[in-house]
Amino acid sequence: MKYEAVIGLEVHAQMLTDTKIFCGCSTKFGSEPNTQTCQVCTGMPGVLPVLNRKVLEFAVRTGLAMNCSISPYSRFARKNYFYPDLPKGYQISQYELPICEHGFVEIVVEDEVRKVGITRIHMEEDAGKNIHEGGGYSFVDLNRAGVPLMEIVSEPDIRSPGEASEYMKKLRAILRYLGVCDGNMEQGSLRCDANVSIRPVGREEYGTRAEVKNINSFRFVEKALEYEIKRQVRVVEGGGRVLQETRLWDAARGVTGSMRSKEEAHDYRYFPEPDLVPIVGEDRWLDEIRAYLPELPDEKRERFVGDFGLPEYDADLLTSERPVAEWFEEVVAAGAQPKAASNWMMGDLMRLLNEENRPIEECAISPGQLASMIRLIDAGTISGKIAKTVFAEMYRTGGDPETIVREKGLVQISDESEIEKAVDAVIAGNPNEVGRYKGGEEKLLGFFVGQVMKKMKGKANPRMLNELLRKKLSG
Amino acid sequence: MELSGLGIHDLVRMRDKGEVSSREILDSVYKRIEEVESKVAAYVTLTRDEAFRMADRADREIAAGHGKPLSGIPIAVKDNMCTKGILTTCASKILHNFVPPYESTVTSRLIESGYVLTGKANLDEFAMGSSTENSGFRTTRNPWDTRRIPGGSSGGSAAAVAADECIAALGSDTGGSIRQPASLCGVVGMKPTYGRVSRYGLVAFASSLDQIGPIAKNVKDCALLLNVIAGRDPFDSTSAPVDVPDFTAAIGKEIQGLRVGVPKEYFIEGMDPEVEEAVRAAIRKFESLGAVPIEVSLPHTDYAVATYYVLATSEASSNLARYDGVKYGRRAEGRDLMEMYMKSRAEGFGAEVKRRIMLGTYTLSSGYYDAYYKKAQQVRTLIKNDFDEVFRDADVVLTPTSPTPAFKLGERSEDPLRMYLADIFTISANLAGVPGISVPCGFTADNLPIGLQLIGKHFDEATLLKAAHAYEQATEWHKRKPAL
Repeated sequence: MKYEAVIGLEVHAQMLTDTKIFCGCSTKFGSEPNTQTCQVCTGMPGVLPVLNRKVLEFAVRTGLAMNCSISPYSRFARKNYFYPDLPKGYQISQYELPICEHGFVEIVVEDEVRKVGITRIHMEEDAGKNIHEGGGYSFVDLNRAGVPLMEIVSEPDIRSPGEASEYMKKLRAILRYLGVCDGNMEQGSLRCDANVSIRPVGREEYGTRAEVKNINSFRFVEKALEYEIKRQVRVVEGGGRVLQETRLWDAARGVTGSMRSKEEAHDYRYFPEPDLVPIVGEDRWLDEIRAYLPELPDEKRERFVGDFGLPEYDADLLTSERPVAEWFEEVVAAGAQPKAASNWMMGDLMRLLNEENRPIEECAISPGQLASMIRLIDAGTISGKIAKTVFAEMYRTGGDPETIVREKGLVQISDESEIEKAVDAVIAGNPNEVGRYKGGEEKLLGFFVGQVMKKMKGKANPRMLNELLRKKLSG
Repeated sequence: MELSGLGIHDLVRMRDKGEVSSREILDSVYKRIEEVESKVAAYVTLTRDEAFRMADRADREIAAGHGKPLSGIPIAVKDNMCTKGILTTCASKILHNFVPPYESTVTSRLIESGYVLTGKANLDEFAMGSSTENSGFRTTRNPWDTRRIPGGSSGGSAAAVAADECIAALGSDTGGSIRQPASLCGVVGMKPTYGRVSRYGLVAFASSLDQIGPIAKNVKDCALLLNVIAGRDPFDSTSAPVDVPDFTAAIGKEIQGLRVGVPKEYFIEGMDPEVEEAVRAAIRKFESLGAVPIEVSLPHTDYAVATYYVLATSEASSNLARYDGVKYGRRAEGRDLMEMYMKSRAEGFGAEVKRRIMLGTYTLSSGYYDAYYKKAQQVRTLIKNDFDEVFRDADVVLTPTSPTPAFKLGERSEDPLRMYLADIFTISANLAGVPGISVPCGFTADNLPIGLQLIGKHFDEATLLKAAHAYEQATEWHKRKPAL
């Protein structure tokens, strides 16, 4: 029998606010344990939470970008459970009335656009971290306690590990475009839990699902899901039943293992948080947030295709990261032909940046400089080949292309008599090859071009060189 | 009379005339504490050294011409409000060693007003109780009869005021915990509107019901204390952005034509006849002052106690989860995490606290939530609607504060349900969020104080204080002192 997977993802995104969700402590990553804490985030007796307005704004921004409706009346709830890294014995989260609901994002799978529904987006606080260093004791670091999170819950609309990966990439791109999350899975600022079930292809109703936790890297999204789907198929085909349970992804062994069964599941005893007042949406404020939403990856991609005539492939690559897309737009705005700009960026520039793992914001070349270089090619001042050398130099030094061309004497030679001199010398020096060419080995033309270029240090105008060579060799 | 026997206004008047220093006032209060505290046991912690430092600072400020409204006034604070650097136990063994690293908003405001902290007053553990017998450390006695309870949970605060072991006090009121002990100890106690006073730094029992308020020797002192502690606090989102009037300005005004609603549901069978008689007499007194008594109905009163015990325990079960032995307070050693949790909480909490945590855990559990918590929230709305309805006709509502005068120690401690009924007249105001005040309105044949309760509209404490003051000034009850 053939099975299909039904997958829904719960994504936790750490918000890029300067301070925590309910107090003024810093959210900076990597400080000494318990140095970014106060009476509020350590759960001292008598303290009260006060909502960071930025957190609400970020959640609403995200909801709007993901086509959600923003609840006119939303509130926080307490999720009760005991754990040493949870100082109050409950997590302030949202339950019945989340801030955003009923949205969707679009992903492209095998050239087809698919909608993945967003069930809800809610705000909550992160827990701290337990540190186990042996010696019979564990330690608790509460620096992370109270760092704001968004939980983005998808509908069970995802049908394959590949789709899940595309969905995660799209979420990440949107979050980064909005500036609400840095999207770094390895550092834990983007985390993913997956609800996975299988069913025979064609059947309507869902199978029993297992929740897979601890998928903490982009690489593992597909791997963990592939493993879990295979496991469930194996169970069913072996005559067994999939259990409703929580499973942990073990990246080292590449497997998922049972963490707790349904019977052991927590009863979180959710109830409305009485220490915080309900959030009542104000239309004016919502309109303001909407007005300041940036252009999102999908819109940008369409515009790059429509306005700049870029192929889908180029547009998709250039818009996956907002800084790259904006860099490209600046190159075009500085007068470069869009397709040429795209070629240089996706080719040489990305290769060089990737080699050094350097973000485009730290690139030594400015968009204006790349545009100037492209203009030098268009004007015939340098050849495309020379441009590669110029570009590498620009990347290394940050120098202007005009200066580099001038100082290194890279200006293309379009003086016919000078080229003719070199052509004549090469023809005179290679009588054998001339004979073979005349005997029909026309592919030897490349050999002559190379020899002349070598003689002229690559600076000959290629078009003129080609014409001259053909004329002389056939003469 | 000794200085310790006076109220805030009398002392302020003498202080401003230079007749008395802060140190003299505090000397008198501490002398009184030394005399009677062994009998009353009003305090968990006495802060003598700190108190004298504060008094001397007040004297220096007064001398420099920088006197403040409460400069040099000795005030007791219920031991569930955080005082920076000063032990704050909630009368619980689980917090026996807890020294807060921060100051609650109310005590910050008292400090800014120049107050002198006499000590931290006893209470039922985590404010859960009506007799102060649930304190994890000691049982406070009623100054009028030390074989009897002072009421609770702010029993230490009310007893300290009644016994002149302080000039005034702060209490907290979740279901009657200011008003009921004030009534049983013959002093004035007020629960302001929910949201009027910041809860930041008040160790939470039931967050949607808790409210801090003053306990004092007379209504005008109550008004002054309320002036100091009331107002929006950025650290408490539930504190209301409502203007704070000068509550003392309402004092002394006529109550001619004031419509006093008397709810028929509050004069129930089984009520102590002496209490009923005293309250009926008080209604006649109000009438003689020009007020107009009208019969009103609060039809959902019968459900108030049940509603309260579902909601309050639900919230408490969550609020008390943080006492796990991990971060502060008592930690029992265990072989593993679970054993440490269980032993710390089993040894740290008293029986009533455990009972309420279990009740609240149950009512929030999946499968029971709708039948208990959610239903109780719905009934709470009905009770609130009852008051909205009544306040279309009445300016204030008048009831007994407690169905009985102070009962004997141990009399109800084995019967939690009977104990819960001690708050039957006070609970509704917490559920509705409206303000209430208890003022002395008589004595039983055994010389035990009786109190009447006035309940007002949201944020209309001024009318309550005006009415209470008019009644107080027309009677002599507040002038009596217990013979300790």
